[in-house]
Amino acid sequence: MSKLLSMTEAIRRYVHDGASIALGLALEPCIPFAAGHEIIRQGRRNLTLIGPISDILFDQLIGAGCVAKIQAAWVGNVSEGLGHCYRRATEQAQPRPIVTEDHSNFSIGLALRAASLGAPFIPTRSLLGSDLPRKNPTFLQTTSPFDGSPLLLVPALQPDLTILHVQRSDEDGNAHLWGSLGICQEAMLAARQVIIVAEEIVAREVIISDPNRVIGPSYKVCAVVHEPWGAHPSAVQGYYDRDHQFYHEYHTRTRTPEGFQQWLEEWVLGLSTRQEYLAKLGEARRGTLTVKEHRYAAPVDYGY
Amino acid sequence: MEYTPRELMVVCAARQIRDGERVFVGMRLPLLAFALAKRTHAPHCVGIFETGLIRDTPARELLYTMGDAPNICGALWATSTISVIGLMAAGEIELGFIGGAEIDRYGNLNTSLIGDWRQPRVRLPGSGGGADIASLAQRLAIIMPHERHRLRERVDFVTSPGYGYPDEHGPAGVAWRQRVGLPRGGPAVLITTLAVFTFDPTTGEALLQSYHPGSSIEQVQEQTGWPLRLAPDCAETVPPTPEELRVIRECDPHGVWTS
Repeated sequence: MSKLLSMTEAIRRYVHDGASIALGLALEPCIPFAAGHEIIRQGRRNLTLIGPISDILFDQLIGAGCVAKIQAAWVGNVSEGLGHCYRRATEQAQPRPIVTEDHSNFSIGLALRAASLGAPFIPTRSLLGSDLPRKNPTFLQTTSPFDGSPLLLVPALQPDLTILHVQRSDEDGNAHLWGSLGICQEAMLAARQVIIVAEEIVAREVIISDPNRVIGPSYKVCAVVHEPWGAHPSAVQGYYDRDHQFYHEYHTRTRTPEGFQQWLEEWVLGLSTRQEYLAKLGEARRGTLTVKEHRYAAPVDYGY
Repeated sequence: MEYTPRELMVVCAARQIRDGERVFVGMRLPLLAFALAKRTHAPHCVGIFETGLIRDTPARELLYTMGDAPNICGALWATSTISVIGLMAAGEIELGFIGGAEIDRYGNLNTSLIGDWRQPRVRLPGSGGGADIASLAQRLAIIMPHERHRLRERVDFVTSPGYGYPDEHGPAGVAWRQRVGLPRGGPAVLITTLAVFTFDPTTGEALLQSYHPGSSIEQVQEQTGWPLRLAPDCAETVPPTPEELRVIRECDPHGVWTS
């Protein structure tokens, strides 16, 4: 059964006010910016954002007033440093106050992995002795029942929705993702529902010809959106590179609330679709980011 | 030969990598340090990146982030974040690199916030993988700018644990790490724009190991928020060799990370 929807429709149906949403899960690449921008345009509120290091999409959603709570390891602009909207929200409650439950990359991954296993928590020794357990009251410090050694229990975290940007998917949401995976698989398996945003929609035969590359079961997928360049300015391996300049411009322009508002008008609110965004970005700029030298993997024989 | 402070920091960082070691590589200068070590004294070291990558060759182009496409081309393994940090949790990673906004005399690092943690004056981005690397690697190398407000007697918030603090249960240092349940590790070195510190594992205190050419013990003290203790063989930092500078400039020809 085809789950293909436009981005507008997918966000309208499956992103609700107050939802917890995991996104930006491959760390720097494959960030679903197109989905995030549509969430901003549709004016969703009181969202909880879940992620590892989160590049500027978290900052944009915070600045646009969509977010009430952050459960993440890092919020900022990876190649530039601080996220100005995140700072304004946490330091001055602008445009609204947000709650942060600080994680590390490992603990947020373990929290999602626990949910994916139906386990109530996963113990680790990471973060012991740091102040993070104090700042994140969901963690529990205890001792091992086996040998009495100190342990940190990371409770399971189940997102209402995980949004994944992938290279290719069929219409049912059987999706291939490659490159470094970050915590994409943990977040997909943990979530109640998943939106897949794909650079390409391909036949089911293409996907099942290489089942090891599938990121998770399509029965969790509620919508598939075909959105080429939907991860710009982040990279999608085999499709386009990271647009470092875009991150730099965002960093410079969003130092003030007025600057952020202008940026948001120009790149999100003033555009109704991703096609308009891409037209604004221009073919020349896209040309500098597209893959110049293809590197195909050797074919794999699943024969018997 | 002229060089920038950051080029010297890359050289000092690369010298921490021993041949054959598994190194958890952090952002910015450590990316260059790994490439430099690979091409000079440590051709058999292996780099692990928190996006979920392992590679035994340096990437062919300058990296802005660990997730950049050239870092995936030619990787030995492209997998998940949990898998690679899990290797570190299992004790298999010898050296980890991190940076920080603030550090104290016991090597505790803060990348979370300035001020009261309930109502911070400045909100910094947070841990990322920093707390995990500081908790789980066998040795930790820290790289940061040297400014008095960054090298403090005590940090506002411990994001990445170093050697803790002396308390009613015992001293800082290796004993503190064992008390809180960190089975190994701790800072081995702190590399700044002015100096290199090592750490006394018994007390957990930073020791000035060397001051960079052009700097002095007095200048380092002026920019450090605790009374310096000197390592017995404290001396001037050995400057980069022309070969080291050549490799760094080949990796970062426009000085994106080193100018």
